[in-house]
Amino acid sequence: MNKPMDNVAEVQISGRRLAGLVRLIAEHRVAAVIIFLMVFPFLAPYKALAIDVLIYGLFALGFNMVFGYLGVLSFGHAAFFGAGAYATGIAMVHFGVPWMPAIFVGVLMSGLTAAIMGAMAIRTRGIYFAMVTLALAQCVYYIIYHMEEYSGGEDGLTGVSVRTVDFGIATVDMMQDPMGKYYIMLAFTAVAIFLFSRILNSPFGAVLEAIRENENRARACGYNVLLTKWVTFVLSGLFCGLAGALSAIHLSVVPIEYLHYHQSGLAVMMALLGGMGTFFGPFIGAMAFLMLEDAITLMTTHWQLFLGAIFMIFVLFFPRGIWGSFLHWISR
Amino acid sequence: MSGITPDLLALQLFTGLALGSVFVLLAVGLSLIFGLLTVVNFAHGAFYMVGAYVGVFLLGLTGNFWISLVFAPILVGTLGLAVERFLVRPLYGRGIDYPLLLTFGLGLVLVELVRILYGLEGVPFDTPPLLRGAVDIGIGYFPLYRLFLIAVTALLVLALWLFIERTSYGLIIRAGARDPEIVRVLGVDISRVWLIVFAIGTGVAGLAGILSAPMRSVIPDMGSTVLVEAFVVTVVGGMGSLIGAVVAGLLVGVVVAFTSLFWPDFSDLSMFVLMAAVLLIRPQGLFGQKGLMG
Repeated sequence: MNKPMDNVAEVQISGRRLAGLVRLIAEHRVAAVIIFLMVFPFLAPYKALAIDVLIYGLFALGFNMVFGYLGVLSFGHAAFFGAGAYATGIAMVHFGVPWMPAIFVGVLMSGLTAAIMGAMAIRTRGIYFAMVTLALAQCVYYIIYHMEEYSGGEDGLTGVSVRTVDFGIATVDMMQDPMGKYYIMLAFTAVAIFLFSRILNSPFGAVLEAIRENENRARACGYNVLLTKWVTFVLSGLFCGLAGALSAIHLSVVPIEYLHYHQSGLAVMMALLGGMGTFFGPFIGAMAFLMLEDAITLMTTHWQLFLGAIFMIFVLFFPRGIWGSFLHWISR
Repeated sequence: MSGITPDLLALQLFTGLALGSVFVLLAVGLSLIFGLLTVVNFAHGAFYMVGAYVGVFLLGLTGNFWISLVFAPILVGTLGLAVERFLVRPLYGRGIDYPLLLTFGLGLVLVELVRILYGLEGVPFDTPPLLRGAVDIGIGYFPLYRLFLIAVTALLVLALWLFIERTSYGLIIRAGARDPEIVRVLGVDISRVWLIVFAIGTGVAGLAGILSAPMRSVIPDMGSTVLVEAFVVTVVGGMGSLIGAVVAGLLVGVVVAFTSLFWPDFSDLSMFVLMAAVLLIRPQGLFGQKGLMG
């Protein structure tokens, strides 16, 4: 269903300067994203938005590995975001783990969640996948909801605070210095983006797209489709878990809504808005989504009406998303 | 566990059947739409919620529960008609995920529209006077309204079954589910069949909404959990299977009712355990066919 759009080869060189520029960016896609994210706080209307773009861009990026590259729609990624956030928070609040190892705990736990959910969900195909992942994620919601001693139940987990981060030469006050906080989070995100790009460029990444294009042919070529799907699901969960872990540290609280399927819906909407199956799409989508949300909430409390309508318009008329439509336009 | 008597178990079984009736209605609508259109209606919970609110509106207008009960599903079905014609239809042939994504956005829009009209707070919906109280069903007293709910569900499922299995239009529907291309070649306007099936499916969701209004609170978010429950039932029963929707709906209702009796903390988890078990043993669902999954 999805057409590949971001690979260098796919961008037809039309001789136009714009296409050449896009090709250059596509060749150095990791550097391009990181450089953009480094200057982004200076362009964003306020710093908290920049951090949100970082976190949700990473969330949508991880989600896009399954949706855009593997070609199956999951509505369960809230479980990985939430598991990452809760595991990081619980490790810090209840077990006194320092923030950096706590992030690893969070990422590992979301990987574990993805491994269990994936093992069940990959047994189904097609449209079933979205329903099953949604239901399994909602199951995780209820489990965490009932672990009230650790998770805070309905009120969410509070008190996940990182006051200062000491680098030896400099100390960043996480409460007072949003820029410092942003760049610490960017460091994690940058590593994730680098790894993401490496995975896509590896032979494994090629198998992903082969499965998306024709699952039966990939199987006939001797690839283990089920195992590949499962590994992709787990990898995708790890990225989303990191996004969740960073979000727990950013907000100092973990609301239970992080596990609700509407959170999965956010990743879906951002990935589609930006352009599914494209490397830059998720970050562009997250940026567009959050800025739009920001602008609309200034005018009305009923922002969900407009976001829902805009999303429907994109599904109906611009299924390639912002970046995908742009690539399509210049490669005509 | 000394207080558990056979009568109590039997009563709990009835509670489960009443709960399951709502699941049956939701899953039948969802399954019918999927069986024909291969569209997973993510706005199904929203249609259910709209059904309850249209019921509230009509009840306020007419003061008569029965009129509301008849017209709320019809109005929701009409809304479904418009949605299929103008929003879902352009997406046929564009991949199975697109209608799903569209209806997800539609669900957000519908919920927010109701919030604008009725606010965030719940709206009261009284049980109609005729159906208040409890009746002795031989094993103990059982709320009359829940018996009514079971009866209406049974009648509706029977009517749907007769419509699909015994009428010539039902024959077209069954043929359309098997091979829409051949049906089209035979000169049947299949897109009209799809339109009507979508309307019936959403109308039944609306009926589920107004029927559960006196039992659950009527709030804009009421469709959100219901959608998950409907998905679980559909996965357990098998996508696109009417019998599966009925059996799985009742089964999930009974399982939830018994876990809330014996193990109240896990009552909201039990249906997922059931779903996981079905996925491990029979991934296509109890009554699902393998072909529909692709």
